[in-house]
Amino acid sequence: MMDLIKIREQFPILNQKINNCDLIYFDNAATSQKPISVIESISDFYKKSNSNIHRGVHSLSRSASEQFELARKTVANHFNIDNEQQLIFTAGCTDSINIVAQGLAKFHLQKEDEIILSTYEHHSNILPWQLWAKENKGVLKIIPLLANQNLDYDSIEKLITHKTKLIAITHVSNTLGLITDIERIISIAKKHQLPILLDGAQSAPHMPVDLKKLDVDFFVCSAHKLYGPTGVGLLYLSQKWLDKLPVSKSGGGIIKSVSFENTEYADGALRFEPGTPNISGVIGFSNAIKFINNIGITTIFEFEKKLVQHAQKKLREMPEIIMYGESDEKAGVISFNVKNHHPFDIGTLLDNYGIAVRTGHHCTQPLMQDLKIQGTVRISFAIYNTIEEINYFIEKLKKVIKMLQ
Amino acid sequence: MTIKEIEKEIIEEFEIFGDDWESKYEHIIDMGKSLPLINLNLKTNNRIIKGCQSNVWLNTDLINDKILYTADSDAIITKGMIALMVRVLSNQKAEDIVKADMDFINQIGLKEHLSPTRANGLLSMINEMKKEALKRI
Repeated sequence: MMDLIKIREQFPILNQKINNCDLIYFDNAATSQKPISVIESISDFYKKSNSNIHRGVHSLSRSASEQFELARKTVANHFNIDNEQQLIFTAGCTDSINIVAQGLAKFHLQKEDEIILSTYEHHSNILPWQLWAKENKGVLKIIPLLANQNLDYDSIEKLITHKTKLIAITHVSNTLGLITDIERIISIAKKHQLPILLDGAQSAPHMPVDLKKLDVDFFVCSAHKLYGPTGVGLLYLSQKWLDKLPVSKSGGGIIKSVSFENTEYADGALRFEPGTPNISGVIGFSNAIKFINNIGITTIFEFEKKLVQHAQKKLREMPEIIMYGESDEKAGVISFNVKNHHPFDIGTLLDNYGIAVRTGHHCTQPLMQDLKIQGTVRISFAIYNTIEEINYFIEKLKKVIKMLQ
Repeated sequence: MTIKEIEKEIIEEFEIFGDDWESKYEHIIDMGKSLPLINLNLKTNNRIIKGCQSNVWLNTDLINDKILYTADSDAIITKGMIALMVRVLSNQKAEDIVKADMDFINQIGLKEHLSPTRANGLLSMINEMKKEALKRI
């Protein structure tokens, strides 16, 4: 049995008062709060082990290098990656997608090729591809939505042509919380021998992700959405791409030998990690993974599912609420609007009660255009949220709506 | 009334609320509802103020040496904020509008809305109103 009080005690920020109210943090899809173990692992690194990694002969450097590579093992194990050299530490999800986009643009993508995305995509999984498309007369083909806001999986086959070179798709919609049927997409992709990039920004914090089982070509996620620090994330490359993807950033630490004429790059993950990496961030990341594993990612998923179901039930009882992508199988996110009221008004007033929600387009403007709305109010949960918080939120939401009338 | 006189009036009006933010916001919302609305045919894209999470339209006219503002927003709190600005700055001389320090916003406890990162873009609104006034000097 999960001890929620003990879990909440690990998050110092939750003791804060906002406008003399207890903080209720429902903006976890933007970034989650950090447990004390993660915070302390970062300060401990600077207090006790700070040193540059790789190649150091002195003890401190060896210790820092060991911690860094141990972190790679911890994170790789969590995502069930056999060879941890397939796991590259990056600055985050956006950075990871850009590394793949720039790499693929160098040899895999040809002029006038096509890439398949979905209507759900966050701007960070649209813009790097759009940038390539604009320069190369490329075409982005979009998997449309069904009336229930699920993706129209039947349409994918029709989008594929001999020019299709990649499917880049999110695992979970950051705006709706709906989970993509990734197994179905993978089977279509395999049939047509298309590589897949899976954006795990919103799935990794909430549900098990087994990369051995999924066997995608690229997987990306950010640490800060899964209880880790900002400025660090990962890029997983399948064995097939590990040696093939050209580097797009270069610099110190990733070479075997350099002359002014030529460079022989290092093997494996190192090739993609030029310069001094975010060492403390990576250590924080691995401690966030340890925090998740102490509770169990399946336990987290089941717990958050209950929160979503409870909140949806309460919202459903309010006739003035319009929910988007309602489902009992979601990854911790609910988007809604209040009839005749702007999401900005709802968010501003809730903030005065200490309730942090997000309002606006959530970096998914194409999805907003498809739903024919300007924005939504989004509430998103993490392991430290409670049923009581949801009840308080509903009570205050009703009050806010009254104020606006 | 001068800009300073109107500001003084507003400060006194807000003093009644003290720390009661709910009443303060209710007052702002009421002001939003009474805003002199912009003509529908003037709600064009070039009149939208950038930097707000909601749409804000601002129209500026110069009539008898005075600047007249009309505005609208699809968010009611934003509309209330802009109503407050219109109340202070509309029907004033362009020179006075450009010089106005707008310090009363701090005094009525809405300082946090002036932050450049604030999504309601109060700062963008004021800048835009001053810019439009400056064009007409």
